[in-house]
Amino acid sequence: MFKRLFPHPLLSFLLFVTWMLLVNQIKLGSMVMALILAIAIPLLTAPYWPNRPLVRNIPAFAAYVLLVIWDIILANIQVARIILFYRNDQIRSAWIPVPIELKTPEAITMLAGTITMTPGTVTADMSSCGKVLLIHSLHAPDPDAIRDEIKTRYEARLKRIFE
Amino acid sequence: MEQIAEILISALLVIGGIFAVIGSFGLLKLRDTMQRLHAPTKATTIGVGSALIASMAYFLIFEGKISWHELMITLFLFLTAPITATFIAKAQMHSALREEDMPPTGVGTDWATYDPEVEAVDPSIIDPAPKR
Repeated sequence: MFKRLFPHPLLSFLLFVTWMLLVNQIKLGSMVMALILAIAIPLLTAPYWPNRPLVRNIPAFAAYVLLVIWDIILANIQVARIILFYRNDQIRSAWIPVPIELKTPEAITMLAGTITMTPGTVTADMSSCGKVLLIHSLHAPDPDAIRDEIKTRYEARLKRIFE
Repeated sequence: MEQIAEILISALLVIGGIFAVIGSFGLLKLRDTMQRLHAPTKATTIGVGSALIASMAYFLIFEGKISWHELMITLFLFLTAPITATFIAKAQMHSALREEDMPPTGVGTDWATYDPEVEAVDPSIIDPAPKR
């Protein structure tokens, strides 16, 4: 019964909390509405979710989120410095292919999103076999160092969280 | 106490404003689309972020209530910014760049954007005569 009503408990919980935060106050009416949404949306979108994303290690995931927020702040300062103090001909942009070992789509999506939000890199594409990400770097004097940093700093952690 | 809070909130707003201006300046200054993509995905995140923190702090200290909307804005921003950036990058790869401009994948298959075997999402948004 519980499983029939909530095929994705985590998604239902997230929808419930999101709706409550959007309403911005705790009232019975909005809780009923949140509950309706938490039941209806997972049921309607269930065909698009063949497997459940499995976060195996929740403390590690929280640590990862904090690390990424810290890196986003650093990234902002770094990109601001490049924009303000580098002449255009000093900025050496590069395309960098990054081979990845992650297998689950959720982990790869997290990695791609992290790369886009952090220091001077944007995920542009993926090889059609799903084993290499194509990254554009704003200022890459040493492309190998950027690739190694992504692999050790983010990918290794995501591997521990999802796989 | 209130004075310190006011100074802190003002400082956050000014910092946010400075970063937002830098991000917009980057859009003007950088040379090509791929470089310009970096300015709005990053330099403005801190701009929006510190404005939101300032807003939360203001409501907490001066109105005495916790406002959750700012957290939702942050969440939606973090969910949508990378997706938008990837979409713009892919559109740029289709319209202005060619496969020869890219480094090889190193595993034998093409990049998904250029691979004819990968099905397009919606034919109506793609150029009817792809440049190959």
